[in-house]
Amino acid sequence: MSQGVQVAGLYVRDQDEALSFYVEKLGFTVHTDARNGDYRWLTVQHPDQPGFQLGLFRPQAPLVDDATAANLVEAVAKGAMPPLVLAVDDCQAAYDRYRSRGVEFTQEPIARYGSVDASFRDPSGNGWKLIQAR
Amino acid sequence: MKQIVATGQDPQLLRRLLRAKDRMDAASHEEWPVPRLAKVSGVSEAHFARSFRDAFGVPPHRYLLTRRIERAKALLRDTDWAIIDIAFQTGWNSLGTFGRVFRDITGESPSALRSREQAAHHALEQVPHCYVSAAHRPDLKIAVSEKRRRESADNGTEDETEVP
Repeated sequence: MSQGVQVAGLYVRDQDEALSFYVEKLGFTVHTDARNGDYRWLTVQHPDQPGFQLGLFRPQAPLVDDATAANLVEAVAKGAMPPLVLAVDDCQAAYDRYRSRGVEFTQEPIARYGSVDASFRDPSGNGWKLIQAR
Repeated sequence: MKQIVATGQDPQLLRRLLRAKDRMDAASHEEWPVPRLAKVSGVSEAHFARSFRDAFGVPPHRYLLTRRIERAKALLRDTDWAIIDIAFQTGWNSLGTFGRVFRDITGESPSALRSREQAAHHALEQVPHCYVSAAHRPDLKIAVSEKRRRESADNGTEDETEVP
């Protein structure tokens, strides 16, 4: 695929912590991990989606000022960021697998509306919905 | 790494407070006294309620009320359960209290809301459930008692005196 969304990013409090979460606990792979001074461009990929990168970005100067960066990190920690959805073949199996690796679930799998869904958060506070693909 | 100086609350504290909010979301029918919530967040009981309010804009007990009413509204809309069953399912111990708080917050009775919602057409099947329920959450910025007081003042009922 040459056209389409290539990168969409999350704000995270700590990129090392986020990297370890998305790779070791969720099974993503690292696509790019490039540093330039204090700045770090870090993206990961879902193994089934080679055309899409999920960015794990730290709000920081000089992209935003320090106070704004702090506000953004606070907003993430308050769970105020937009919805994220991860589709899986088997929600209960994914829940069991992720949970055994220490993922913090905020809702156990519930069967409803012809599917099964659960919820979890990353260490920064970003909330994911885990939905069984129909 | 350059240290960011936060202007508000410590992000790690906020993240732990979010855990208490998540727990109420997951089980709003349960009782959530401050000691239980404080334990989830790893915050002292003395500081919990204030920290929670600073973080989320409402005190924890009021947040819980909005979640219960939100669930009750969804059950009224999506099921044909008896209202008393919905009251107990959503954490109230009495039908009377449920009906009163429900009216105070939503402005209508549970049965009136049910008739109106069930008559309306809904096209929300494509939106994940939790986001629909968040959008339907009552926006309770003031205490229920305060809302009640203001409304009765608006209606002039408080100032009414009997005219001989």
